[in-house]
Amino acid sequence: MYDADEHIFQLRQISVFLENRPGTLALATRVLADAGANLRALMIAETERFGILRLITDEPDAAVAALTAAGFRTRLTDVVGVEVPDRAGGLADLLGVFAGSEISVEYMYAELSGRAGRALLIMKVEPRDDALERLYDAALY
Amino acid sequence: MWNEAAQTLPVPDLRALQLERLRTQIARVYDRVPFYRARLDAAGVTPADIRSLTDLARVPFTSKSDMREVFPFGLLAVDRDEVVEVHMSSGTTGKPVVDAYTRGDLDLWSDVMGRTLDMGEVGDHDIVQNAYGYGLFTGGFGVHYGAERLGALVLPVSSGNTHRQLTLIQDFGTTVLTCTPSYALYIAEYAAKQGLDPAALPLRVGFFGAEPWSLEMRDEIERRLGIRAFDIYGLTEIIGPGVGSECAQQDGLHLFEDHFYPEIVDPDTGVPLPDGETGELVLTTLTREGSPVLRYRTRDITYLMPEPCPCGRTSRRIHRLMGRTDDMLIIRGVNVFPQQIEEVLLRVQRVEPHYRITVDRDGTMDTLTVEVEMSDELFSDDLADVIALERAIERELHSETGLQARCVLVNPQTIERSEGKAKRVFDRRKVTTHV
Repeated sequence: MYDADEHIFQLRQISVFLENRPGTLALATRVLADAGANLRALMIAETERFGILRLITDEPDAAVAALTAAGFRTRLTDVVGVEVPDRAGGLADLLGVFAGSEISVEYMYAELSGRAGRALLIMKVEPRDDALERLYDAALY
Repeated sequence: MWNEAAQTLPVPDLRALQLERLRTQIARVYDRVPFYRARLDAAGVTPADIRSLTDLARVPFTSKSDMREVFPFGLLAVDRDEVVEVHMSSGTTGKPVVDAYTRGDLDLWSDVMGRTLDMGEVGDHDIVQNAYGYGLFTGGFGVHYGAERLGALVLPVSSGNTHRQLTLIQDFGTTVLTCTPSYALYIAEYAAKQGLDPAALPLRVGFFGAEPWSLEMRDEIERRLGIRAFDIYGLTEIIGPGVGSECAQQDGLHLFEDHFYPEIVDPDTGVPLPDGETGELVLTTLTREGSPVLRYRTRDITYLMPEPCPCGRTSRRIHRLMGRTDDMLIIRGVNVFPQQIEEVLLRVQRVEPHYRITVDRDGTMDTLTVEVEMSDELFSDDLADVIALERAIERELHSETGLQARCVLVNPQTIERSEGKAKRVFDRRKVTTHV
């Protein structure tokens, strides 16, 4: 029996501004470690001049407080996490849910270590409510 | 030598001429310019008090802000109808400074710019490619008038379009190049990229100014283009280019002091210093008709070299400029003050008013980088938003200063705070010559 709530998560993602300077990423991760924030997923978006570290942790409030105290600029963004079966076509099936809609995936990344047989994908989707509605209505398994 | 009589006048005769002209000039501006009359009255000085050149020290200084306050014609010493041409500074720090020329002033400008180009023996056989900007800026027209006076053929190409500059040099056999020193190097680089040997171009001499440059840069220009490179000096407040120039000795710049009287003063106390001592250059125009200036504080640091010059000119020389008394930066010929950049940042909002300006030279081009601290409100998870903000700041900086700047957003608190005056400007071009 498929239970959508077991597989779809509304997550708060932390975005961290990274200057283009050696050691910035190392410092940010050290600050997170000292705050006891385990990283469940992360990605780095980079441009020629700066980067943005996006991450999911179980302790977002503590992580934000520690990063801010260390002089980092942060922002919380609502993202969607979806577990898909760890098999060929898992992601394609997921994205197929949005077919024919105006929903766009702005970016996506994967959890570092998922449950066995499952992959957790983190997505920034717009419009978010429409995306969630479609995801809850779809039977992904 | 162009106008040899004026340029080789024996020193005692030169001093007598300067005093006579100074007395006439002060009497004239006292009579015609309410601004100067009020200044002199307030200082308790009448034109009759000026009996020697040292009495000039009793006359109050004129600053750039004085000149801006009376924009556009508050310092005019002739009827507006007698003004035939106007040039002005870029006005980057507020109202521009206006230089109003009568026919007599243009004649003077042609003569002193003729003297300048004559330092490199420019004559009717020469083709002068004038890559200074034509327009309100003084550079283009000043060089043009001087070259015309010497009978040279002028290519009034103005600045920019390097490919065309190079083509013209080849097609016309240009012998004289006039532009900013960094642009001269850029042309050399561009020629090399086209597979040409820049030293084999027909260029013979060049006259470069409007921005600070080092002796190393001069060596490089001379070597790469195979020319003699002359350092020239001038400023809008006095006449534009044509205030002074190096001679073939390339050891200090002769000031055309029969028209522009120099003093060196202590920048803090304003007290005149003897020849040879380093301080701020102060200039008084002796013969200008439209826009005469008394004791203008140039903010340029140098010293006067009174020793006779082997070239035979009897005018004193100034050492090539050694710095500024204010924080003005000259980048690609454009004057920029840090507070202009601060104003842009305040206007853009959303960013912290903490910034750091770095000027560097990348190859031959001056670069301006402005690092700005990111604020919480500013930071977005969206890369495009942050990039758009950097671009918006760059656009604003360009419209304020006319320069292409690079904006880099940095973390809060990365820019050093300090008690009192923060060190916000880092000039890594190393153009300042130390004594």
